Amino acid sequence: MSAAAPTERGRVSPLVRLLESESVLATALLVPGVLILVLFIAYPFVMALWYSLTSIRVGEAGQFVGLANFAKAWNDTIFQTAFKNTVFYTFWATIFKLALGMWLALLLNRSFRFKRIVRASMLLPFIIPTVLSAFAWRWMFDPTFSVMNWVLYHSGVITDRLPFLSDGDWAMWCAVAVNTWRGMPFFAITLLAGLQTISPDLHEAAALDGASAWHRFWHVTWPLLLPVTLVVVVFSVIQTFSDFQLIYVLTGGGPANSTHLIATYAYQVGVASGLLGEGAALSLFMFPVLFAVVWVQLRYMKRMEGH
Amino acid sequence: MVIERKWKKWLMFYIPMAVFIVFTLFPFYWMAVTAMRPDGELYRTFRQANATPFWTLEPTLEHFKGLLQTTAFPQWLWNTMLIAVVSTIISLICGMFAGYALARLKFRGSEFLGTIIFITYLVPQTLLFIPLADIIRNMQLGNTPWALMLTYPTFLIPFCTWLLMGYFKTIPRELEECARIDGATRFGAMIRIIFPVAIPGILSAGIFAFTLSWNEFIYALIFMSSAELKTVPVGVVSELIRGDIFFWGQLMAGALLGSIPVALVYSFFVEYYVTGLTGSVKG
Repeated sequence: MSAAAPTERGRVSPLVRLLESESVLATALLVPGVLILVLFIAYPFVMALWYSLTSIRVGEAGQFVGLANFAKAWNDTIFQTAFKNTVFYTFWATIFKLALGMWLALLLNRSFRFKRIVRASMLLPFIIPTVLSAFAWRWMFDPTFSVMNWVLYHSGVITDRLPFLSDGDWAMWCAVAVNTWRGMPFFAITLLAGLQTISPDLHEAAALDGASAWHRFWHVTWPLLLPVTLVVVVFSVIQTFSDFQLIYVLTGGGPANSTHLIATYAYQVGVASGLLGEGAALSLFMFPVLFAVVWVQLRYMKRMEGH
Repeated sequence: MVIERKWKKWLMFYIPMAVFIVFTLFPFYWMAVTAMRPDGELYRTFRQANATPFWTLEPTLEHFKGLLQTTAFPQWLWNTMLIAVVSTIISLICGMFAGYALARLKFRGSEFLGTIIFITYLVPQTLLFIPLADIIRNMQLGNTPWALMLTYPTFLIPFCTWLLMGYFKTIPRELEECARIDGATRFGAMIRIIFPVAIPGILSAGIFAFTLSWNEFIYALIFMSSAELKTVPVGVVSELIRGDIFFWGQLMAGALLGSIPVALVYSFFVEYYVTGLTGSVKG
């Protein structure tokens, strides 16, 4: 390939000649990025595995303890709750984001006035830092000053406040609602991009054949949208399953540790209490689930490439 | 066209759309109203009568003043901006190089490396933060902006590489080949021909990376301990809640001011952002 050397006009420095080789150039181009990823992803991952097998704490080296940290977590009722919460949170938030995101995408796919500005403002929850918008939600859920309690109370729907964040079960549903609010635009906009690739002729044809709106969606739109949907769901599941900031701001894991996710509990144990080994083990409980999701995604991509 | 009756259009389109708009934007509206409400009006319980619950007749800037006078908020804004810009630039450079290598060059293990980068793309920050905090401390980077400027690229580089690889593949090879016949080196053709053609893709990746850095929370929370080095999200969480007391007026003022820069950047580059967003999930 590089034998054709039109570059050797005049004097060419050895470095330039070396970079004409595809594999040398590729190596040089890949080094900076790969170096950062090895240093701050691969290396911490190995360290996490090692930490999780030791009793290391802040300022104390610790000893090898085998799987004791994992066993301890397994029998820890707070961790059991946190794991259940994480599954609950991921499951329901993903369902709502998909359903509402799809609906919003279908609405945005029509032509109407101010479409561009509506579409742009719909993405705001996704752009604005989650921590900051979660504070607005926390204020709206405030036990005493909640605007939602105000509206419901003064319209006569309730006679006493709703315990938005002061009851564990309510608080989990509130977290699902806020996560849905934040993630729905991501679903809507990516699904909208998918919708725009579907030819309107298909809908015309189906409509002429007498298919109802619901049938047109179910038999024409949905099958064509399935590949995009799958990828969006994978990304969202990973993000939601490993979420930290929303719960950290909204409930801090409370009341009485009833709303922890795996990540917030790992933070509490590993950082706030300084038990690095136990914290690392708790984080690693996320790994099998994340691994399974990524594996499914990779398999799917391989299959798509085959076509 | 599929013909629609008027009442049906209201039922199927206008009403749901209005509900979506209110649901999406109300928290931001509430943030703004709270930030401008005087304290006396702010702390009225839900049972009390309130003539103007959804707006205020006495808007005040006292919360903004308090925020700017009693906290290092301007400094947090500057830190966030600096860290977001530097980590975006680092990630773009690494992503452009790696993306080009993976899209265009033949070398052993290229497919394998592409897969590895895709996997790192999906590693969440919360999986590794405990050992990473130790590594940062051992490298003497703790409590310096570099702790974040070097770790944010761990989630930005895979994304930039992935997006730009896809973009480079759409650029016809002939463009490069012409340049090489004219005597350009491989490296030169990449810099002078391919990168300029790919500017829309680079801009998309950059805008998206910028908003992700602005949004990052857990690394900033753990790696930065001095108040004046914090980013906006961490500063607001850790400095505006003293003990158990929430300064809601100042909190909402901080949330509002902290959102404006990223919202502005977004509003100027909506189309690029959307391309980045939809590209981020394409295989």
